Amino acid sequence: MSSVLYDAPGPRAKRRNVLISVAFFALLALLVWFVYDAMNEKNQLEWALWKPFTESQAWTTYLLPGLADTLKAAALAMVIALPLGAVFGISRLSDHLWVRLPAAWVVEFFRAIPVLLLMLFANEAYDRWANLTTEQRQLYAVVTGLVLYNACVLAEVVRAGILALPKGQSEAAKAIGLRKSQTMRIILLPQAVTAMLPAIVSQLVVIVKDTALGGVMIGFTELLSTRATLAAAYGNPIASFVVVAIIYIVLNFILTSFASWLEKRLRRSKKSTGAVLSAEDMEELNPAATGGTYGTGAGGAAPGGGIT
Amino acid sequence: MFDFLSDYDNPTLLGAFGMTVKLTVISGLGSLIWGTLLAAMRVSPVPLMRGFGTAYVNIVRNIPLTVIIIFTSLGLADVFGVTMGATDFKVQGFRLAILGLVAYTAAFVCEAIRSGINTVPLGQAEAARAIGLTFSQTLRLIILPQAFRAVIGPLANVLIALTKNTTVAAAIGVAEAAYLMKKMIENEAQVLLIGAVFAFGFVVLTLPTGLVLGWLSKRLAVKR
Repeated sequence: MSSVLYDAPGPRAKRRNVLISVAFFALLALLVWFVYDAMNEKNQLEWALWKPFTESQAWTTYLLPGLADTLKAAALAMVIALPLGAVFGISRLSDHLWVRLPAAWVVEFFRAIPVLLLMLFANEAYDRWANLTTEQRQLYAVVTGLVLYNACVLAEVVRAGILALPKGQSEAAKAIGLRKSQTMRIILLPQAVTAMLPAIVSQLVVIVKDTALGGVMIGFTELLSTRATLAAAYGNPIASFVVVAIIYIVLNFILTSFASWLEKRLRRSKKSTGAVLSAEDMEELNPAATGGTYGTGAGGAAPGGGIT
Repeated sequence: MFDFLSDYDNPTLLGAFGMTVKLTVISGLGSLIWGTLLAAMRVSPVPLMRGFGTAYVNIVRNIPLTVIIIFTSLGLADVFGVTMGATDFKVQGFRLAILGLVAYTAAFVCEAIRSGINTVPLGQAEAARAIGLTFSQTLRLIILPQAFRAVIGPLANVLIALTKNTTVAAAIGVAEAAYLMKKMIENEAQVLLIGAVFAFGFVVLTLPTGLVLGWLSKRLAVKR
């Protein structure tokens, strides 16, 4: 038992814990019964409503195409946002003020604005000034919104990743006579990318979650909006919500598990400097301006940090 | 150039941002309470509570907020008749949005608080017990003061994320900033100007919060 808050329990504490456990279990049971009762009363537990999910049609017609669109938008956004983010992140580390300042402004600006506004704006802009089919426009608008926001978050990740490297790396590069651009290209970036991998995978979870916005607000045919058509076809709103939520949970859980596995592996690996950005550090980077000192992944997170 | 902004009175521009602020403040307080309870469960000595807290956080934060908000309207309200004591449709949407935002944000508040508690080194508690402080003294004098100071930064981030997340309430017809922007942008010619106005509104809302709380968290941070 190693907790800051309490010692290993003695006989009295053990008794008390058992009592609390029993009381809490009763509460949970009450909650479960309450939900069950409500579902039952509204006939939401009838097999007819859940049966479609055991057959192929619900999946092939609605859910899988929706999931495919969700993943497509998320993958596109990630692939476009990453190089953009790298450019901005490196610009913010530049020695020249005229490069550093504009980059910082752009990054802070887009991190302060909700993704939804960016999507709405992109949707309207494409509608007026670009010649696209409706489906293309919706996809482009969702991806544009996601790219603008996430490129700026990833810029911070890149910056933090480079700053997380031991100082000796750039000093050694200087010592053997490499120029600034060479140091960045040959020494710092390759190592920073490795350090950033877990954080980048964690950011994918944020992107996947945000695709759902496009489905509701601008009619992009991703998983959440195909749920609506499915529920209309089978008349099972609650069941469809449960199934879609489970799909999202499984998908994101796989991503987060992959991120923490990567993190553990990178911490152990002999080749790297052991500088890793964890999901914990990511949470500090996600919202807007916090002013700039970020963890190096060494402190803060509990062993095997991130999400267990 | 800006005269079209005054053509909208349901909601007005100020009213829409007022709604955003209202959603943020009420959901913020709600998620602080629920998130603290969750954090208490996650660090408690009772395995069952720890399990519940962990399960809640991992499930809720992997579901998109949009799914949760839409569910409060199409699921809770339409199927189960949860109206949150509201007779008016707009008020009901507002309260449901708060319910969804609290349920979602509390998971992140819980993690922020837990990370704050985790920054307190074990030796602090051991030393406190060694000099004979009781459990409540240890908590009150040693651990919580340090944890609170470490938690300001992460909580500020959660608050800023929440401010931006309130826009999702537009999906169930709550008349806040994103809702009004959608209406304006579809009916007016000055798309760029509208975008700039609303972007500026959110910059004004989030940037000072971030800077002030960021400065505060740095100032109060326990130097280790």
